[in-house]
Amino acid sequence: MDWLNAIVQGILLGGLYALFAAGLSLIFGVMRLVNVAHGDFIVLAAFLALVVTQSTGLHPFMTFIFVIPLMAGLGYALQRGLLNQTLGHAILPPLLVTFGLSVILQNGLLEIFSADNQKMDAGPIETMSLTVAEGLNIGVMPLAVFVIAIGVITSLQWMFYGTALGRAFRATSDNQQIAQLMGLNNRHIFGLAMALALVVVAIAGIFLGMRTSFDPSVGPGRLIFGFEAVIIGGLGNLWGTLIGGILLGVSQNIGAQINPGWQLLAGHLTFLVVLAVRPRGLFPKVDG
Amino acid sequence: MPEPVLLQTHDLVARYGDFQALFGIDFSVSAGEVVAVIGANGAGKSTLMKAIIGLLPSPAGSVLYHAKPIGDLAAHEITHLGMTLVPEGRQLFPSLSVEENLVIGGQMNRPGPWSVAAVYDLFPVLKQRRHQPSTSLSGGQQQMVAIGRALMSNPDLILFDEVSLGLAPIIINDIYAALPRIIEQGMSAVIVEQDISRALAVSDRAYCLQEGRISLEGPSGCLTRAAVNHAYFGV
Amino acid sequence: MTEATTYRVIQSTPSSQMAALAALALLVILVAAPWWAGRGDMRLLSEIFLYLSLAVLWNLLAGYAGLVSVGQQAFVGFGGYGLFALAMFLGLHPLLAVPLVGVAAALIAIPIAFLIFRLSGAYFAIGTWVIAEVFRLSFAQVSSLGGGSGTSLPIAIVKSMAGSRALRDSISYWAALAMIVLVLAVVYLWLRSRHGISLTAIRDNELAARSLGIDVWWTKFWVYLVAAALTASVGALLFLQKLRISPDAAFNVNDWTAYVIFIVVIGGIGTMEGPLIGTLVFFLLRGFFADLGTVYLMVLGAVAIVVILKAPRGIWGYIHDRYGLTLFPVSRRVVKFDSSHKNENPS
Repeated sequence: MDWLNAIVQGILLGGLYALFAAGLSLIFGVMRLVNVAHGDFIVLAAFLALVVTQSTGLHPFMTFIFVIPLMAGLGYALQRGLLNQTLGHAILPPLLVTFGLSVILQNGLLEIFSADNQKMDAGPIETMSLTVAEGLNIGVMPLAVFVIAIGVITSLQWMFYGTALGRAFRATSDNQQIAQLMGLNNRHIFGLAMALALVVVAIAGIFLGMRTSFDPSVGPGRLIFGFEAVIIGGLGNLWGTLIGGILLGVSQNIGAQINPGWQLLAGHLTFLVVLAVRPRGLFPKVDG
Repeated sequence: MPEPVLLQTHDLVARYGDFQALFGIDFSVSAGEVVAVIGANGAGKSTLMKAIIGLLPSPAGSVLYHAKPIGDLAAHEITHLGMTLVPEGRQLFPSLSVEENLVIGGQMNRPGPWSVAAVYDLFPVLKQRRHQPSTSLSGGQQQMVAIGRALMSNPDLILFDEVSLGLAPIIINDIYAALPRIIEQGMSAVIVEQDISRALAVSDRAYCLQEGRISLEGPSGCLTRAAVNHAYFGV
Repeated sequence: MTEATTYRVIQSTPSSQMAALAALALLVILVAAPWWAGRGDMRLLSEIFLYLSLAVLWNLLAGYAGLVSVGQQAFVGFGGYGLFALAMFLGLHPLLAVPLVGVAAALIAIPIAFLIFRLSGAYFAIGTWVIAEVFRLSFAQVSSLGGGSGTSLPIAIVKSMAGSRALRDSISYWAALAMIVLVLAVVYLWLRSRHGISLTAIRDNELAARSLGIDVWWTKFWVYLVAAALTASVGALLFLQKLRISPDAAFNVNDWTAYVIFIVVIGGIGTMEGPLIGTLVFFLLRGFFADLGTVYLMVLGAVAIVVILKAPRGIWGYIHDRYGLTLFPVSRRVVKFDSSHKNENPS
C-alpha cells in the first residue's frame, strides 16, 4: 500500500510540475524563447501572493485577483521592454539575458524577504483528505492542484487551437515576416504570449506557496522540474507536458520511498533515461 | 491618365547589409491599374516588393501610398492601410489549416467584397479541403490559398510576387484566369512575373528592372520585343 | 622568392608581439611572487588565476563552440571531490590528484556529451544544469565524504604536501599559476591551429561550417571533453585551497557558473582577451562592492544584461573595434608582402 500511495501522490505532484512546465512550453512554442528565469518568476508570484494574504487577509486562493494581473502586466512589459530585443537567430542573447534576470530576481527576493522559509496558510483544506481505500488517502489540496493543472492545460489548448489569439500565436511562430503581412505586430503578439505565460506562472506560484514551503533560492529547481516535464512529454505538446510532469512526480516519490535522499535524483535519472531512449520526448509534436 | 496615383516610390533604395539591391527606383501605380514588373533573376523585383510593403526599411518619404509617406512604417502597419503582398514561394502557415490561413488574412476586418465564402467561390477546390493542413495541398492549390489569404484583407493594392514560380503551365492558366475577377472589384495590382509575354498580356503598364535599376517603362501594349530584350538582358 | 608582390597570411601583429614579451616578463614576476608578495596577496592571485581559467574554458565552450553550459559547476565540484577522495582513500599526493581528476572528468564527460548533445541551444544549457544537480545529489549520498554536510581535508594530508606553511602556500600558488598558464596555452594553441579555424567557423555560422565539411558534432565533443578535464583540475585546486568541501559549495551555480558567465560576457565573449578583461573587472568590482552581497550580484546581472544588449562583444570587443588592438592573435590576416617588407616578421 505504501507503494500505491507513493504512486498516487506522485501523480498528483505531477500536476504541480505540469503547471511549472506549461508556461515554459507556451513561450517556447510561440517565440522559441527559453526563459531561464522561469522558476524565479514562479517564486516571485508565490512571494506576491504571500504579501497579498498578509496585507489584505485574503485566503491564498483568492490572491489570484491581484497576482494574476500583476504578473501578466510584468510579462508584457518585460517582453516589450527587454526580451524582444534579444530575439533573433543567435542563441546567446536570450539565454544570457534571462540568466541575468534570474540572478537579479533571486537576489532581489533575498534582499527583501531574507532566506527564511515561507509558506502560505491555506487553512483546514491543507489537512483534508479523501479516503479512497484502506490506507490510501488523497489530500484535497494536491487533488485541487491537479485538477487546476488539467484546467489550465485544457484552456491553453483551447486558446491555441480555438481562438483568434491562438491563431495569431501559431502564425507568428510559423513565420514572423509573413505574419506581419496579416497585420500582426510580432512585438505585441510576443508581449501577449509572455503575459499569458506569466498568468500560468502566477497560478503555479500561488499553489507552490500553498503546497510547499519556499524561499528565494528555490526558483532554479522549479525551472528544472518544468524543463524536465517539457522534455519528457515532448516539445510543443501540452498534454505531453502533463504526462511528463506526472512521470517526474511518480519517479521522485518512488525514489523517496526507496531512500529519502534519492527523491530528486530519481526524477533527474528518469529524465536522463527518457533523453537517452527517446530524445524527442515520449509524445513529440508531429509537424505538418 | 485621369486616375489618381495610388502608390508612388521616389528614389527608393534598398540594401541587405553592405549589398545594395535597389538604386533610386521611381515607380508608381494608379488606382485601378495593373502594373507588371519584369526582369531577370536577381534584378531586384522581389526586393522592390519587400521595400514597398515594409519588410525592408526605407526613409519615410521614399514610398507614398494614398499620398501619405509610409516608407518608415512596419509591414503590419502598412497592411492596415490596405496594401498586401502575395509572397514569393506562397509561404502559407504550416500549423494553420486551409481555412485558418484564409481567416487570419482577414483578421484586420477591413470592409470589402472578399470573405471566406467569396474566396471559395473564386477557387472552389479549396472548399473541399478547408479543414486540411495547408501543407497537404498541391503547389497550385497552395498558391490559391496564398492569393485568397491576401484578398481576405480587402486591400486597395495587391502585390503578386512570382505567383507562377514552380507551377505547371495548366495550373498557371487557372490562376491567371482568376485575375480579372479580382481586378473587376476595383483593386489595383502589381504583378512580378518572369514570363514576359504573360506579364505584358495581363497588365496595363510594365516596368523592367535590371541590376536594381529601372531599365524600361511604358504601356504594356507599346513595348516592342526588341526593347524588352534589351532592357531585360542589357544587350 | 621573386621580387613581385606576394601575399602572406600572418597571425601576429606588432601589438601582439609586444604583448607576448610583456606576458613573458609578467610570468617571471608572478613566478617570483612568494619572494615579494604576502600570504593574502598570493591567495588573491591564486583565486584570480583559477577564476580566469574557468572563464577562459567557459568562453571556449560558449563563445567558440556554441555550447552554452550553465552546468560547469558539475566538473568544478567533481574535481574538488575527486581530489579529496584520491587523497583520503588512496593516499595520493594532492598535486598528483589534480591531473588524475582531469582525466577522470574527461572520461565521465563522454557519456554525458552523448546524452546532452541531443538538446540544443537553451535546452542544452538547462540539460547541463540537470547534470550538475545529479552530481550534487549523488555526492551528497556518499557518506564517507561527509554526505550532505561535506568534509575537511585531514591535516595529515595537508601537511604531507610540504613541511612548512609558507612552502605549502607557495606550492598551491604555483599550482594555480601553472594551471592558468596551461589553460591559456591549450586554448590559445588550439584556436591558432587548423582545428581552431573550424571552431571559429562554427562560432560565426554553424550551418555554413557544416556545409564546408567541418564535423561540427565531433569538434564540439572534443571541446566539451577538454573543457571538462581542465575545469575539473581547476576545481581540484580551488578546493585544495579551501581545504573543505560540501555538495552545496562544490556544485554552486552562482560561484562557478554565474560569476564566470558574467566575467566572460562583460569582458567580451568569443575573444581570447575578453575573459582576461572580465576577470580584472570582476575582481576590481568585488574589491569595492563585495560588502553589498546580494546587491553586488544584482548589479552584476544588470550590467551583463546591458552589455549583451548594447555591446554584445563586451568591453574587449569595443576596444578591439575602436583601436584594432589584438593581444592573442588567433585570427589570420592577409597582408601584402613584397621585397620592401622583408623586415616584417611573418612568423
